[in-house]
Amino acid sequence: MNIIFLTLGASIAMALVFLGAFIWATKKGQYDDLKTPGERMLLDDYEIKETKKDEKEE
Amino acid sequence: MSASVQPNQGIMDRIVYDDDVVKMFIYATIFWGAAAFIVGLLAALQLAFWPANLELEWLTFGRIRPLHTNAAIFAFGGNIIFAGMYHSTQRLLKTRNFSDILSRIHFWGWQLIIVGALITLPLGYTMSKEYAELEWPLDIAIALVWVIFAVNFFGTIAIRRVKHLYVAIWFYIATIITVALLHIVNSIEIPVALFKSYPVYAGVQDALVQWWYGHNAVAFFLTTPFLGLMYYYVPKAANRPIYSYKLSIIHFWSLVFIYIWAGPHHLLNTALPDWAQTVGMVFSLMLWAPSWGGMINGLLTLRGAWHKLRTDPIIKFLAVAVTFYGMSTFEGPLLSIKSVSSLAHYTDWIIGHVHGGTLGWNGFLTFGIIYYIVPKLWNTKMHSQKLMNWHFWIGFLGILLYYISMWASGITQGLMWQAIGENGQLVYPDFVETVMRIAPLYWVRFAGGSLFLIGFLMLIYNVWVTIKHAPKKETVSYVEVPPLKSDVTAIGTGHRKLEALSLIFTVILLISVLVGSVIEILPTLSIYKYLPSSEKTEPYTPLQLAGRDVYIKEGCYVCHSQMIRKLPFDVLRYGAASTIAESMYDRPFQWGSKRTGPDLARVGGKYPDMWHVRHMINPREITPNSIMPSYPWLAAKKIDYHILRKKFSVMKMLGVPYDDEQVADADIMAEQEAAIIYEELISQDKSLESIKDTELVALIAYLQSLGQRTTNEEVSQSNR
Repeated sequence: MNIIFLTLGASIAMALVFLGAFIWATKKGQYDDLKTPGERMLLDDYEIKETKKDEKEE
Repeated sequence: MSASVQPNQGIMDRIVYDDDVVKMFIYATIFWGAAAFIVGLLAALQLAFWPANLELEWLTFGRIRPLHTNAAIFAFGGNIIFAGMYHSTQRLLKTRNFSDILSRIHFWGWQLIIVGALITLPLGYTMSKEYAELEWPLDIAIALVWVIFAVNFFGTIAIRRVKHLYVAIWFYIATIITVALLHIVNSIEIPVALFKSYPVYAGVQDALVQWWYGHNAVAFFLTTPFLGLMYYYVPKAANRPIYSYKLSIIHFWSLVFIYIWAGPHHLLNTALPDWAQTVGMVFSLMLWAPSWGGMINGLLTLRGAWHKLRTDPIIKFLAVAVTFYGMSTFEGPLLSIKSVSSLAHYTDWIIGHVHGGTLGWNGFLTFGIIYYIVPKLWNTKMHSQKLMNWHFWIGFLGILLYYISMWASGITQGLMWQAIGENGQLVYPDFVETVMRIAPLYWVRFAGGSLFLIGFLMLIYNVWVTIKHAPKKETVSYVEVPPLKSDVTAIGTGHRKLEALSLIFTVILLISVLVGSVIEILPTLSIYKYLPSSEKTEPYTPLQLAGRDVYIKEGCYVCHSQMIRKLPFDVLRYGAASTIAESMYDRPFQWGSKRTGPDLARVGGKYPDMWHVRHMINPREITPNSIMPSYPWLAAKKIDYHILRKKFSVMKMLGVPYDDEQVADADIMAEQEAAIIYEELISQDKSLESIKDTELVALIAYLQSLGQRTTNEEVSQSNR
């Protein structure tokens, strides 16, 4: 069952990549705020315009 | 690029989104969705009424079933994923896609690959590995287009104007990286012709790699990207924030770390070593918790807005989709328990389970997203709410009919296979008896699929009229964001691009390191090391190998397994349990995943050659009520002897113990083998002259070798 080393190896490597991403995200403060991102994504509404207008969002 | 970002009075940057590419992917989703459903319906009809293949080889079940699965997953599913990703990512990150050109190469490249599949699969060019059937030129094309997509996506992340990466983006990232790795590792193959290759893995190794891939194709193509879409479109459509953002983060990270280990649950009770089976089962059970956490999170997003379930068809589609996600992820771990698998594996229960996920979760989520996105993109309203409601109810009824009929069929047949009487014998020794019992349910499934398609036709009409009556003036969507602090004057130019490139470079480097290390350890993974020395298996003769490739080409594995499980009723019906050594030269492995017909692992020597001739030309002459299609064309097509030398040399290169002489004379040897079988047949029936040197002869040579090439005494005794 040597093939298991291939799938194990690939899977563990993948897990390590994601672990790195997780650590990066935590350190960069991606998860400091676990409340407002869920709400903010609702507020990003854009406008559809045919001509330029100078209205601003927020 | 620079045109998309315009300084606006020096205060805010106006970022114009690229909605054209989203529209293109939406069109493609609808177009290929119709194709996938129609082909699926044709396949379903053939199980109830086999002549629905119009007696054309290109439309026969073994060839169009892979076409259906590929079209549904990668064409319908793929295009909506890309549409949703490009639409939501731009808005979540408040930036235009990294490169319009890459977006378009991605779009057209993907559509060309689909066209390639549409042509090659009906012609019988297949790797026979489920959801990875496409041959090597298309495999390379997929890898290239995927890398382009990855560059474009990570480039977009790099030039984002929002620091925070919303949870949906994380799901997209996991999808892109993991699918790249899975696809490349599972597709390492050596070409022998333009559309024919052999995988470097054999037998149990091939099986394990394939289902490591196959399960994760479901996990990282049909689950994680759709969860990303769920986390964006459900809150948007309900205008409510996700129930718990914290839970969504936990959902993501736990799925990503657990999912990739669950693959072996596709190989329970087989020759795969027990400990590997147990690992697969345990990780599958662990998936229960995060999946349900995610499902509850999606549903509770509707808190305080439950009334919309009555009034808003988009919410109906999305809520039911999330519910089906919950059902499928409940059923999946359940089916991964060894004892449940012993009943359900190889039956229609699995087909029902998969379609609960695909029709219910992927399908309904897609429909909800299309109904949400089309009016936004075309700056209008959907033509008819009433038609959307009709689509919902008809589609829902279709899924229920499909799901329930397949449950009933799978459990009925599974129990009949298991039934052992007081005398210790099988209660239903004739396989066809168990098929006849469930045949009516195939009509119910066909009806369910038809309803689902009718609902989809309503969507097509509704969307078509909506777009036709949409305002004619070109519109653009944009957002205004504060300019970058570092370099206000050089927005969207050099510096940011460079930063983007470094992120893209890092990701590509990661993937290539992964793939590189995988390729590096490959040569050390010799299958021969762990095989018992007492058990020898003969390699295939040239004609057997030619016949094996006919077996693969016709997609026999779609309905016939070659894996007798270590279960009493399997052994009673088919003979001694299959061993690892028996399939040690099988490239690709043919263990199969479904028994619409009986297992063939020990069919060799069971019937005379003449039986096979008559059976292949008309199965009903041998087995009344058989639902197997007739294969008259096999008795007309000539064997390509010439290519056998090349095939043998590739096999030798991959470690099969052929000597140089065998490789050099492979074609001559095959002709001699074929002549012996032919002479024997013609001595019994003079009218068979035309089958000389045909694929039918090669196929018979292969079928007669099944279970016969081993020195294992237990096995050879059970064959008598």
